[in-house]
Amino acid sequence: MNDRAIAPRLPGSAPLPQPLLFVMGKGGVGRSTTAAALAVLCARRGARTIVAELSGRGELARMFDRPPSAAASAAAGNEVEIAERLYAIQIEPQRALDEYLREQLPLRVLADLFGATRTLGFLAAATPGLPDLLSVGKIWELAQPVRKVPGAEPYDRVIVDAPASGHSLALLAAPQAFARAAQAGPIARQGREISAMLLDPARTAMLAVATPHDAAVSELLEMRSALAGELGRELDAVLVNAMPANRFASRDAVALREALAREGALGEDARAAVERALDEAGEAHDARTHVERLRNELPGTPLVELAFSHSAEFAVAELEALADQLAEVL
Amino acid sequence: MSRAGSADPASGAQREPSLGEALGKRRICVCVGTGGVGKTTSAAALAVGLAAEGRRVALVTIDPSRRLAGALGLSELGNEPQRLTAAQLAPAGTEIRGELWAMVLDPKRTFDELITRLAPDERTRERVFANHIYREISNAVGGSHEFTAVAKLYELDRDGSYDAIVLDTPPSHNALDFLRAPQRLMQFFDAPALRVLLAPAGFGARVVGHAAAPVLALLRRLVGVDLLAEIALFFGAVGGLIGGFRERASAVEALLHDPATTFVLVSSAEREPIRETVAFARALRDSGLQLGAVIVNRVHEPIAATADPRALAATLGEALGARLGRLVAECLADARRLAERDQLGIERLRSELRGIPETLVPQFDPGTGEVALLGAVARRMFGEAVQLP
Repeated sequence: MNDRAIAPRLPGSAPLPQPLLFVMGKGGVGRSTTAAALAVLCARRGARTIVAELSGRGELARMFDRPPSAAASAAAGNEVEIAERLYAIQIEPQRALDEYLREQLPLRVLADLFGATRTLGFLAAATPGLPDLLSVGKIWELAQPVRKVPGAEPYDRVIVDAPASGHSLALLAAPQAFARAAQAGPIARQGREISAMLLDPARTAMLAVATPHDAAVSELLEMRSALAGELGRELDAVLVNAMPANRFASRDAVALREALAREGALGEDARAAVERALDEAGEAHDARTHVERLRNELPGTPLVELAFSHSAEFAVAELEALADQLAEVL
Repeated sequence: MSRAGSADPASGAQREPSLGEALGKRRICVCVGTGGVGKTTSAAALAVGLAAEGRRVALVTIDPSRRLAGALGLSELGNEPQRLTAAQLAPAGTEIRGELWAMVLDPKRTFDELITRLAPDERTRERVFANHIYREISNAVGGSHEFTAVAKLYELDRDGSYDAIVLDTPPSHNALDFLRAPQRLMQFFDAPALRVLLAPAGFGARVVGHAAAPVLALLRRLVGVDLLAEIALFFGAVGGLIGGFRERASAVEALLHDPATTFVLVSSAEREPIRETVAFARALRDSGLQLGAVIVNRVHEPIAATADPRALAATLGEALGARLGRLVAECLADARRLAERDQLGIERLRSELRGIPETLVPQFDPGTGEVALLGAVARRMFGEAVQLP
């Protein structure tokens, strides 16, 4: 693959050349949408890209208005092409386990496959942390230059739509934890190998998404501390979604307030419109404050702002527009 | 625009119960919903409303940012509900006639407590606590919040000192994840796989017979002997508690289906959360669980149609100048589009949840303090029943 041609670039910083992009964030901040827009951008720049959805929603196929059969196919663990060079897969621990077994099993014990799968399936579902290890193992497999799945083509970019913050950390920590618990044997070895990739800043980028609100910003900063403290990793970039329009300069806000204060100058409709405009100016100001807090707490971490969308229905056009916004700064 | 506590004008004389009335007689309210829709705040506001009406309420929240806990002064609390003082609740601006007790769930501690309670002796307990898998991984498990939340609910209900328990649940894309937590655990303990694994090497192969021996050998090869031994130890240690777990799982199951328990759906008005809330509602109904109310957060207030858009543009242009007038008109158009989007989502939810009391909560001024917000939301939910002092 040609890293340089497709690497998104951030102003005043290194590009994001890593093959694996881990997109994290609190629920409701538009993490899936942002991951999808990043994927659209990478595919547009010529990279064979896959979005790995861990929350199991089949979001991407829906966003691209693909027929339900495509969403179902992705949900069944297939790598489904949803646009040119752009693929989606839903990661599920049980399927990752089946695949792992198929790959590991020698022919002579294939007869026992059913029994082993069932036994291991129970084990995997009930052993704390094992589902996370299997999920992250599958992500690792997708990002291999030579795929383990027979006949599968490699990807230039794997973009992970990770679960909500706390669970993301558990996911990233699982290979290490198992390597420690097992000490020897195949899981320990594979756990170390997977962990090495996830924690390598040259191979995996950690991206965090937030909205310009107190709760989302606080959670992002906490996640960043946990990531640094528990795994020794820093964020490679922060994406702030849903930035309100910055239509009104501060002198505009003054003019609007003055207009409201003038008795009788405005009718009822115009008053309501001006009040709404002032609300928006206030929201924009608050959003700026939250972005400044992120910039202050994370000096040196590239921060990308994405505009709020007013459209009623989310469509491919929205995703393309978001990718356009990303293209300007990445 | 809130229909809380008021009759739907379209339905004529038939007056629907308010959310407060619908939940007023319930002992347990379980708040469910996808992430980022304001579930923790909704659960807390519901608890404030119930306490205001004179009930003794326990609120169990799962708040990863601990923002609410901080605002309520809960930060240094243990894993038991603590009574909030009048001073702590004063910013809510609502007279609390009952009592509000609150806690933030600590999954690891709840799990430890459960093991302690169920372990027949100290040795069993220590074996579980000393296990590698339990120590290194159990606090980070994806499902531990689900499991411990129901465990805590059951315990507080058994305790009997609360008239009402409001439970916040972990964000989920599948309502059933949460409900299935106790069942899933039981399924495992009933599985023959576990018995194979728990039997000592050699002995196990003899007991379960020829067929399982290659499976066991395969497992050892695939998983690694050390890890398998550790996992076997984990389940061996926990396995001693099977009886207790089984009893508790069926009791929790019964509690969730009890007529005194109701589920409260929490959503925002955006397209995806609405779609997921509809799916949640169906899943709950299919499982025979009772849907008591729905709360839609961050609703953009509808904006009445402008009678004469040209006249408005002219007025704005005159009063503010051409440029600023145009910007204000654009801003209004965007706000109207947002409100229409929300209205579409709410209509969709209504057609699915026919007759379920709903509360629409607007986007409050972000400067509103956390506790003041709870009071404001509670008044939305309970209408006139919750009085300003």
